[in-house]
Amino acid sequence: MALALILILIVVGALEFHYLSPWWLTPIASNWQQMDDALLLTFAITGVAFVVINLFVAYAVVTFKHQDGVRAAPTHTSARLEWWLVGATTVGIVALLAPGLAVYAKLIDPPPDAMVFEVLGQQWQWHYRLPGKDGKLGGTNVRFISNTNPYGIDPADPGGQDDVLVEGQEVHIPVGRPVRVLLRAQDVLHDFYVPEFRTRMNMVPGMVTSFWFTPSRLGRFEVMCAQLCGIGHFNMRSHVVVDDEPAYRTWLAAQPTFAGLAATAGDEAGKQGRLLAQARGCAACHSVDGSAGVGPSWKGLFGKNETMNNGATVHVDEAYLRESIITPSARIVRGYQPIMPAQQLTPAEVTQLVDYIKTIK
Amino acid sequence: MGYGGEHPHSFWTRYVWSQDHKVIAIQYTITALAIGLVGMVLSDLMRLQLGFPGRFAFIDASRYYQFMTMHGMIMIVYLLTALFLGGFGNYLIPLMLGARDMVFPFLNMLSYWFYLLAVLILAASFFVPGGPTGGGWTLYPPQAILPGTPGTEWGIVVMLVSLLVFIAAATMGGLNYVTTVLQARTEGMTLMRMPLTVWGIFTATILALFAFPALFVSGVMMLFDKALGTSFFVPAVVSMGQHLPHQGGSPLLFQHLFWFFGHPEVYIVALPAFGIISDLISVHARKRIFGYKMMVWAIVVIGVLSFVVWAHHMYVSGMHPYFGFFFATTTLVIAVPTALKVYNWTLTLWRGDIHLTVPMLFAIGFISTFLIGGLTGLFLGNVSVDIPLSNTYFVVAHFHMVMGVSPVLAVFGGLYHWFPKVTGRMYDVMLGRVHFWITFVGTYLIFFPMHYLGLLGMPRRYYAYDHYAFIPDSAQALNAFITIVALVVGATQLLFVLNLWWSAVRGREAGGNPWRAASLEWHTPQTPPVHGNWGERAPVVYRDAYEYGLQGGDSDYLPQDQPPDQARQAEPARGEAP
Repeated sequence: MALALILILIVVGALEFHYLSPWWLTPIASNWQQMDDALLLTFAITGVAFVVINLFVAYAVVTFKHQDGVRAAPTHTSARLEWWLVGATTVGIVALLAPGLAVYAKLIDPPPDAMVFEVLGQQWQWHYRLPGKDGKLGGTNVRFISNTNPYGIDPADPGGQDDVLVEGQEVHIPVGRPVRVLLRAQDVLHDFYVPEFRTRMNMVPGMVTSFWFTPSRLGRFEVMCAQLCGIGHFNMRSHVVVDDEPAYRTWLAAQPTFAGLAATAGDEAGKQGRLLAQARGCAACHSVDGSAGVGPSWKGLFGKNETMNNGATVHVDEAYLRESIITPSARIVRGYQPIMPAQQLTPAEVTQLVDYIKTIK
Repeated sequence: MGYGGEHPHSFWTRYVWSQDHKVIAIQYTITALAIGLVGMVLSDLMRLQLGFPGRFAFIDASRYYQFMTMHGMIMIVYLLTALFLGGFGNYLIPLMLGARDMVFPFLNMLSYWFYLLAVLILAASFFVPGGPTGGGWTLYPPQAILPGTPGTEWGIVVMLVSLLVFIAAATMGGLNYVTTVLQARTEGMTLMRMPLTVWGIFTATILALFAFPALFVSGVMMLFDKALGTSFFVPAVVSMGQHLPHQGGSPLLFQHLFWFFGHPEVYIVALPAFGIISDLISVHARKRIFGYKMMVWAIVVIGVLSFVVWAHHMYVSGMHPYFGFFFATTTLVIAVPTALKVYNWTLTLWRGDIHLTVPMLFAIGFISTFLIGGLTGLFLGNVSVDIPLSNTYFVVAHFHMVMGVSPVLAVFGGLYHWFPKVTGRMYDVMLGRVHFWITFVGTYLIFFPMHYLGLLGMPRRYYAYDHYAFIPDSAQALNAFITIVALVVGATQLLFVLNLWWSAVRGREAGGNPWRAASLEWHTPQTPPVHGNWGERAPVVYRDAYEYGLQGGDSDYLPQDQPPDQARQAEPARGEAP
């Protein structure tokens, strides 16, 4: 009796939870309403099966519970019933599969006029690149990747010179235009995941993968990594901003190009260190605007007094910065975790980084 | 045949270096349960961090990922696979088929010691420099062997070596089980008279023999990539600012090999559970299993199809998109025979004489948890529905229900059911019921709401969810609730250990056949059965194992080995009652 009651409670509770849950799909921001429709259809069909079978078991448990002197029925098979059930299940499966595959056919067929942007994944940050005036992305190869060329753009490819290299962890795209996202990874697997866009794809070192969508409303959407990529996986963040056309144009015009970046070498204090910090992924965990991250922000860090996790106070000077870069786990600031991997850096590069950190006030 | 008739005499040959399938089964079971408890504690540690982030300082991000990886690998491979095949398979195959032992008893013993070695190597990875690997149980390269992931110093090497040893153990056991089923059945035991438990374990073992080699070769290849610098799975990469010498490897190749093993692995765990549940329901509902023939065919068809669905784990991996059509179709097709099994279990209950014993509670609980886990599989198998849910908590909820909770409920049901045969004593019924209720209701409370965190878009394998604007604070409250339930359910499992331990020593004498079951293992001359199982004469089988629901006479069932002309004599129906 208790068992039947619990099974009924599970059914009622599940339905109630389903309809009242505050946790539900994020409001969609792309053209893939059909994916949501397929999902809801799946909820409907599987929901019926869940309710009916649980209630059937509950009913059977109550009705056919052991009573003294009553024996089980000798019936044990009915090919007719079984084939009917197989038939009904097959109909349900086809009803799920057909619309699912129909959407999928569109998902893998990007419109030929779609605009393009590229995402390069790195432990644990994102780099964005857009084609320049020629409308083409220049060729890339991992072996070209360096501190001054974090995208690995082929310097000999004229098509790459005007490529737009986005500064910072935010890419903009115009609303209402189909966009094809090309994905690369330089170290391990990543996954470019924006829940509001619904579709997504893994990023695989050695390959270029892709997916497409049309952003359908303005907004600033969070990008997450959804393929385990190491200790910093849970904090590999950035944003996609969907702009109207004029705002997009303005933003695009302000971004540097590959050739432009190369031309303006070494004229600002700490520039080498800044490029290094972006290329090596330091910027993913250490903000330069004081915002909270996995590691302490670099804003105003130099000269500050920090409390370590053993209670000691440390004056952040050059020696401490050097130590923390070369042996990250030596002394950890209170409230942070010893998760920073040791990087292979030349003494000159360490100096560049320290010089850069000093400039961030 | 392996059984030579000479009985071992010393303590060592009887209980340690034993070649008796029943002793080996108990060794396998205890070892698997012990490492399974470790896996459970690891899951509770993960839940502490998820429910109360940062409150437990010793669970840092590295440890979290290490706990997560070890939890997954332990539960799937070292607990469930070993327990169903090495534990239940070893105990039940010879007894249910009327054999005196496995056909290769020495190999059988070796299988256990290799398994134990694999478990010890795995446990050793907690003590090597850098700790165990934190690459996730899927061990995807390049991440699993490159810096930035915990345990790339030694942990990943130790894990791979342990898996290779485990596969050797599983192969030795597996060849034995298959050969025994095909060669050592007693007179009259045709294949279509075998209990469904044996069908499930037999088919799962064949799957294991075909699937594990894919894991074996990928493990060897990854070891070469890690230790010798080959490039099977690692292309040219820049890792932490360093250009590595690898070139031309394919991360996707590993994923294909891994899931060519990994998907059949799901059924290696599920098929024995299907078989056990079928037998439990039939015995405790006192009714013939509904549609025996279709149940057998469903097991075989599921086993075959399980080899052509693997890439549904890879819809967003970057493989050729056309594969999506094929794998979505095969995956949803496999739902048909699976659904038929669920229907037939419920139809067996229909007009039965249902005794809600502890094993029966677990069996009916299994129907419900397997139902929801199977149905959410229809979301994830259907490629375009999977894409937004991939790698979110929806996936975590799905696979825990379908291949975590459900097989574990089958394990519990099976252990309670056969405990009286193994020990000759009855478990404590009240403790067993408490164990069932908390485990069954608790797992629903843990995993049902998790589906909705996945719908929201919370990715799995996140150490923390700080400062994500789209995740409301209520999600954290829900995570805290889930953690508390998980701790309660975890602690309850100690009741189970306590119950078996205490009852094995002090439990009430159960008699040879407390469930009035028809299958052969309940009709051994001694309980617990002794070496050689059957005494002077091996049993002769006259019918299948489901002759229940007889209308006339004193008894409502007929044992498999009772000659048709012999008068039926009623046995005392002791059941759980003292």
